[in-house]
Amino acid sequence: MKVKVLCRNPDDYVRETTKDLHRVPRNYDPTLHPFEVPREYTRALNATKLERVFAKPFVGSLDGHRDGISCLSKHAKSLSTVISGACDGEIKVWNLPKRECLRTVQAHEGFVRGICSRFCGSSFFTVGDDKTIKQWNMEAPGYGVREEPMNTILGKTVFTGIDHHQRQCTFATCGQTVDIWDEQRSTPILSFSWGVESFSSIRYNPVETELLASCASDRSIVLYDTRESAPLRKVIMQMRSNTICWNPMEAYYFTSANEDYNLYTYDMRNLDAPLTVHMDHVSAVLDVDYSPTGREFVSASFDKTVRIFPKDNGHSREVYHTKRMQHVISVRWSADNKYIMSGSDEMNIRLWKSNASEKLGVLSYQEKAAKNYNKKLMEKFQHHPQVKRIARHRHLPRDVLKQKREQRVMKEARRRKEQNVRKHSKPGSVPIVTEKQKHVVAIVE
Amino acid sequence: MAEQGLLTVPHVEEKKKKRPPKRYWEETNTQQSKGGEEPTGEKEKSEEEAEQARGTAKQKQKSPRDGPKPRRRKNEPSFVSRKTDPFPGDKPIPVGKLQKYQRGEQNKVPREAGKKLKEALKSSRSLSELAQKQAARFDVLLPEDAGFLEGEDGEDTCFIAQEDIADAVDLTSGAKYFNLHLSQFGPYRLDYSKTGRHLLLGGRRGHVTCIDWQTKDLMCEVNVMETVNDVKWLHTEAMFAVAQRKWLYIYDSKGVELHCVKKFNDVLRMQFLPYHFLLATASATGFLQYLDVSIGKEIAAIPTKMGRLDVMMQNPYNAVIHLGHTNGTVSLWSPNQREPLVKMLCHRGAVRSLALDKTGTYMVTSGLDRKLKVYDIRAFKPLHSSFLPAGASCLSLSQRGLLSAATGDVVQVYQNVWGSCPVSKPYMAHRVRGQVCGLAFCPFEDVLGIGHGQGFSSMIVPGAGEPNFDALDSNPFRCARQRQEWEVKALLEKLQPELIGMDPNMLSKIDQVGFETRHREQVEALGYDPLQPEKFKPRNRMKGRSSAGSVEKRKKKVAHVDQRDVIKQSVEEKMQRQKELEEKKKECDGGQKSALDRFKK
Repeated sequence: MKVKVLCRNPDDYVRETTKDLHRVPRNYDPTLHPFEVPREYTRALNATKLERVFAKPFVGSLDGHRDGISCLSKHAKSLSTVISGACDGEIKVWNLPKRECLRTVQAHEGFVRGICSRFCGSSFFTVGDDKTIKQWNMEAPGYGVREEPMNTILGKTVFTGIDHHQRQCTFATCGQTVDIWDEQRSTPILSFSWGVESFSSIRYNPVETELLASCASDRSIVLYDTRESAPLRKVIMQMRSNTICWNPMEAYYFTSANEDYNLYTYDMRNLDAPLTVHMDHVSAVLDVDYSPTGREFVSASFDKTVRIFPKDNGHSREVYHTKRMQHVISVRWSADNKYIMSGSDEMNIRLWKSNASEKLGVLSYQEKAAKNYNKKLMEKFQHHPQVKRIARHRHLPRDVLKQKREQRVMKEARRRKEQNVRKHSKPGSVPIVTEKQKHVVAIVE
Repeated sequence: MAEQGLLTVPHVEEKKKKRPPKRYWEETNTQQSKGGEEPTGEKEKSEEEAEQARGTAKQKQKSPRDGPKPRRRKNEPSFVSRKTDPFPGDKPIPVGKLQKYQRGEQNKVPREAGKKLKEALKSSRSLSELAQKQAARFDVLLPEDAGFLEGEDGEDTCFIAQEDIADAVDLTSGAKYFNLHLSQFGPYRLDYSKTGRHLLLGGRRGHVTCIDWQTKDLMCEVNVMETVNDVKWLHTEAMFAVAQRKWLYIYDSKGVELHCVKKFNDVLRMQFLPYHFLLATASATGFLQYLDVSIGKEIAAIPTKMGRLDVMMQNPYNAVIHLGHTNGTVSLWSPNQREPLVKMLCHRGAVRSLALDKTGTYMVTSGLDRKLKVYDIRAFKPLHSSFLPAGASCLSLSQRGLLSAATGDVVQVYQNVWGSCPVSKPYMAHRVRGQVCGLAFCPFEDVLGIGHGQGFSSMIVPGAGEPNFDALDSNPFRCARQRQEWEVKALLEKLQPELIGMDPNMLSKIDQVGFETRHREQVEALGYDPLQPEKFKPRNRMKGRSSAGSVEKRKKKVAHVDQRDVIKQSVEEKMQRQKELEEKKKECDGGQKSALDRFKK
């Protein structure tokens, strides 16, 4: 007789001392783990619920301005510094981790229209309603020394926006014309105009650094090359664009924030129709900024909300609002991809997490593993109705909700009317125009 | 791979010559010469490996390009000894092992899929393959091997007495054969906890006791002073349920009565679904009830209308309850449906006992017609049946697929139950003192518990239990703290009773119901068609303009729209009919076919 009976030595399975970790022998045999799929589904459902429970995006607010915030700017090098300009001409430099104001400068008379940091982070430029461009040192002056701009340029007309070149000592302003300036000179080295118009925003392309894009008040978006003497081309839309932002990773894409409640992502190489129409706001969109990864962007709107859109999705993945936040004028995504700054009418700058349920601070190995596992599970089961319902739900202010419903009804009515017109007219005489094509009026080379 | 068998020393010590350690790539001829002496466990292994080796060889033949080709780079540093690695690359994994860890079929990439989808599918497939390979490689690291029993030549294993086995094995294992003489409160039902550490005994005349059976520690012992029909552990060893004469009671491990559930009356048999936290009970009144033990709520009460229910078993693969009935049928139940999912006629007489294997593939039944039948419950087909002279009153299946059947006071254990031929000779047999009333294999141990008229016997059945447990699922060596942690985790992962169905993997499949079917279901559920266009209803107008006449007039204005739709539909139908008729006529007319007609499409 030969016999062997299972006999486990407890020494192999129980920890030696109470200070030890518990021994966890594993066996990955699928038959020992029944109900794999339903259990994973339950975990995914729990993870989705917990994600919503922990969604607390508001980090803090920076108050101190005495008028609405008109513009915001990130520091080119330092993550912790942000510069804001108000409607009374005041500029404040903030330290984000301490949430305190480092400096206050009365820079302009009237609005501060634009702020941009120099690429090296040593100084910053501001433009205002008083027709001046001022360059300021990033370092605060010593105690008792008056705040003086390093340089002041007097212009002929009002400037509405400013942006600095990525590597060279040139910057671009917009107003009645788009001007390219050398930091050393007091007159523009180049000046572009195309018809009579006024511009509202200008941005340098972050990769192809000689390219510029601007929004004009004649409902057009104009592209420039500073190596040429004339603008490249423009696309005219049905409504005016307020601001524009280039995608920092795929720099042939840009997104414009439009008055018609939508955002449009264009491919620079083909302006016939936007790549994506991002709809969700219920009022004019005032500002847009891309995340440094180029996967998402944030938009600020007159409807008192901030929304985050994936770059190729027509609808937002997240909406931020508070009871006290008024019309959001400007918004910026921090360079570490973790925070969003929004400046609004009621004189506050608010700091939000870019991922609402993310835990701040250092994560332990187990936490990281659990986070990744949950993320994967949520992705796997995202289309299940229960999971989808919970993941999609957002609380909205009553006004926004009402307006959203109203607009849905209006849209449906318009669609129905168009259908009826098509039904009662000669076949082919009423062409089907897609949502993307609808908003582009013309392209001018 | 073939040498792993040689390296592992069997548990029973035999004097062996010391050999130089063999490397896995070295050829061995010793195996063949030794083949006759090797115990079965190893023989199986070697067979398996030979098959695997064949599999790998086949692979190599089939596609020399695909296999793990030695990748030589130009700048690859060679060994100082100038030797080259004879087996470069990863060690190939045997096909059989890989198959064990395969989950479902690999998804096919549809031909019309876009580039993005193709990429995503490709990457997900490669990830799952990697996981499968890693799991298969992990097999080598498993610490324990399964037990076995083999007779000398001519010796029949079923005649080996338990005492002899207990003497032959080590002291700890030998102590697993023991008898409890409890003749007073007669026939005993029993249940092992999920980890296999704790044993719960319930005597028909009210004696309930729970024991940590390995250390022989008595946890509690009470007499409930009532008939006890069945006992069952709940999710941990801290609580158990007892089906008494009238109601269902829940006690804690100290024997303190926690609940008396009066919604559950005349319960005869119970099953606990550990992942759903459901206690399923079958009663003498024909009710199948589900109790959610985490919230204490009755989930479902199903009148089966099948009479007294005293044969019950759960399918551990999909948590479906199997009930055996007096008319020879076995019915399958889920809490979501008031009719049985499946009803199958298994026996000529009443069904006496049921057992299901852990993969949910096979069901073994025994009936009053003294037959033992094995069914494949994926296809609902009988595999084979055998005749037992006395018929089996209790059945139980172990984790590794050994079947124990009790006939009167004899317990027989069979091997290879789902082989190609019906079972004929038992692997082991054991006689106890009284009529057997309850049978259960202990999880993760080579032990079969037998409850009978004169008490309880624990029998050693080598090769019954799963040798390697997964500590995150059920850990026999867990401490109180670990048990608490596990309890919280398990409660968080509690499966909803709605998810019980025949196929537990249904959730990961694509719902391919078309629009029409879904619409039909919706109409049925709502009682009306939500997509039907609304009938025109004239707006109410003031100043007498909503008089019946004017309303009718306004209705008439749009009446032609509906009428037009109706006419259009009828005309279309007519055309269709005509077309069909013509086609039929053509077919009839075209009796004389030319030879060229066959090329027509």
